[in-house]
Amino acid sequence: MAVCIAVIAKENYPLYIQSITTENELKFHYTVHTSLDVVDEKISAMGKALVDQRELYLGLLYPTEDYKVYGYVTNSKVKFVMVADSSNTALRDNEIHSMFQKLHNSYIDVMCNPFYNPGDCIHSRAFDNMVTSMMMQVC
Amino acid sequence: MEQGPGGAAAGPGGAGLLLPLSDAEQQRYSELFSLCCSPAPEGGSAPAPAAGGSKVGDLFRASQLPADTLHQITELCGAKRVGYFGPAQFYVALKLIAAAQSGLPIRIESIKSELPLPRFMALKNDNEMRYGNAAEIHGVKFQIPHATLEKNSFKRADEGDKKQETKSPPVSPMCSPPASPSNYQRILLNYGYGKSRSGLEQQHGVPYEARHSTNLQDGPATGNYGSKSALVHSSLSRSLSVEREPQDSSNYPDDPWRITEEQREYYINQFKSLQPDLNSFISGSVAKNFFTKSKLPIPELSHIWELSDVDCDGALTLPEFCAAFHLIVARKNGYPLPDTLPETLLPDYLQPASLKPKRDCALLDSYSESLPVSQQTRDFNRTEVRKLPEDYSYIKEFTLVDHLAIHTYLWNFLVGYLFLSLPFVHLTVSLIVQESNTLKARPRSRSYSSTSIEDAMKKGEEPPTPPPRPQKAHSRASSLDLNKIFQQNTQAVKSGWLPPPPALPPRPFVSQTEQVSEIELQPQMNRAPSQTEGSSPTRKEILLTQPPSKPIRRKFRSENQMLENQELTPTSSMTSSLPAVKPHLPAQKQSSKQKRAIQTAIRKNKEANAVLARLNSELQQQLKEVHKERIALETQLEQLRPVTVL
Repeated sequence: MAVCIAVIAKENYPLYIQSITTENELKFHYTVHTSLDVVDEKISAMGKALVDQRELYLGLLYPTEDYKVYGYVTNSKVKFVMVADSSNTALRDNEIHSMFQKLHNSYIDVMCNPFYNPGDCIHSRAFDNMVTSMMMQVC
Repeated sequence: MEQGPGGAAAGPGGAGLLLPLSDAEQQRYSELFSLCCSPAPEGGSAPAPAAGGSKVGDLFRASQLPADTLHQITELCGAKRVGYFGPAQFYVALKLIAAAQSGLPIRIESIKSELPLPRFMALKNDNEMRYGNAAEIHGVKFQIPHATLEKNSFKRADEGDKKQETKSPPVSPMCSPPASPSNYQRILLNYGYGKSRSGLEQQHGVPYEARHSTNLQDGPATGNYGSKSALVHSSLSRSLSVEREPQDSSNYPDDPWRITEEQREYYINQFKSLQPDLNSFISGSVAKNFFTKSKLPIPELSHIWELSDVDCDGALTLPEFCAAFHLIVARKNGYPLPDTLPETLLPDYLQPASLKPKRDCALLDSYSESLPVSQQTRDFNRTEVRKLPEDYSYIKEFTLVDHLAIHTYLWNFLVGYLFLSLPFVHLTVSLIVQESNTLKARPRSRSYSSTSIEDAMKKGEEPPTPPPRPQKAHSRASSLDLNKIFQQNTQAVKSGWLPPPPALPPRPFVSQTEQVSEIELQPQMNRAPSQTEGSSPTRKEILLTQPPSKPIRRKFRSENQMLENQELTPTSSMTSSLPAVKPHLPAQKQSSKQKRAIQTAIRKNKEANAVLARLNSELQQQLKEVHKERIALETQLEQLRPVTVL
């Protein structure tokens, strides 16, 4: 179950971060922040020439005892980070993959809104609804 | 048995009622009760504070509930048991009706909770009582809103017209509790529905019926309305004004998200101004600039875009554009934005309908197609300005250009207005500024209320003008006085551009006819041509040669003053001097009095002159500011252009 979903901008500041529970929110924020290092590492490992071939879906970034962190990068260097509960072992990789696809699509819809300036925090209600449904649905 | 608790609840009377009533409910129920009571209660042996049985029956029938439900309710509320409808029984019955209409079972428990007000689909109670059958007919006609489009379009016309007619301050309190617009709609609809319709009939019987040719109900409806019109006026204005807001675009009760024909036409015209091809779409940036003029906060605009851009392609097709525009209009009127797009605003819903106005706009289409785009839009603005809402996106350019062009017209208007409101010069100045800004907007306000909202919305490049709607925020001079004044003037202007100046002069003219009729006529008539230079030298000669007889002296004086007016200001001094002249008429004409009169006239002229000069400078300032804004925006655009391409 996805307990936290975050959208990180190219400059590594959060555009959108949402947790399913509020008590551990800060912990999740910290987790996402630390996961950015892993993301950067994976991106740079691909090399400059492989930008085209780079997979958008980064897969499991790193696991901890309670949860797993998955990453996804768009072509514009916007990163999606998802923190999933480890107890839900039935959550397969391709499910996470599809969830990231949905996130990406919603993000594109947000970008299509002319009133949204790239780099702003995302306040779209549609995006919120989608993220909430994702967090609910997966659990 | 429920009658027990029902009786217990009803027994102690209204004060001791166990069921909770909100304030709105209290008010509504007491109104209904008094209505049922006042016209000769037929309670028979019932004590005075009891509702007449037949009237209550009519009212209950008007609630459109099945007869056995009504019987149940009557039983439950205890009326049958006690034999009459006392206040307690009546209130319980009303609440049960509300419960029944909400789909709850007829039980005492169901009325303990918060319920919407009971809906009585017929006309308001006066009409219900007196025209019981007719009311039911109407109730049937209009209670099935989803069945017939004709009714809806007719109602649309009504509401659209109503909106134009009575935009009164009560609208603003309406805005404050927007959380329950549907509730309000229901209340107000039922309360004033028939009244507003019939009142509207009187005002706009012919033109709007003609406009909506699809209305089959016009004939019979008109007849019925006419009969009720007399009854309606008592609370017409109140109900109209309050009702106006929730029925922003609704034909049906509870539906502010339905687009009326006029609105659709207007939206389509606006779409054309941005994108001449109706089948193509408006790009995101163009739409963004356009909607930003509405002065709504960006997050709200962003949300509106989200709602309306259904295919999320960053561009708006015509139905999407209409939906977005409509949402903006609704938001401007204080409605909270929905979380999802209402069904009536879906592109699929709007798509077939959006083609319809093309027929109505056939004239426009042929006109527009015959011209190149840029010229088309310009001419469109100018020639169609009287008939259609203006192209706000061109206001920036046009008003700059037209400021000077319309100044001459403004003088006439201002002159007459100044005369009326010399004490309110400050108001006049700002009013005139607004006038200059909204000259083109006036025909819009005549035809359609929300266009006036667009007025304020779209004039982002220059100080927004106060639309006829009072609840709009007026950036330039937001005062209700101004609105009223403006409305007065719009009323005058509605019939055309020219009437106001001639309309005002006759007032002093009339007041003086008793003393001197024809001589006064001359100054009045001279006022209009007073601005021409040619007459002044001749008049001057006349002045010098005239012997100082009584009537001629007046002419002398007034002409003298008129001359001064010409030199200093337009004709305002004429009328202002005439009242100054008047007091002197009875007295013997002495040169000292003449001098005094002349001096006062001179003073007034100077004041008027100063005001007008100030106005002129203000307008010039505006012009400069707008120019600067435009230049700044253009440079910004240039700077941003490479950046936006990601």
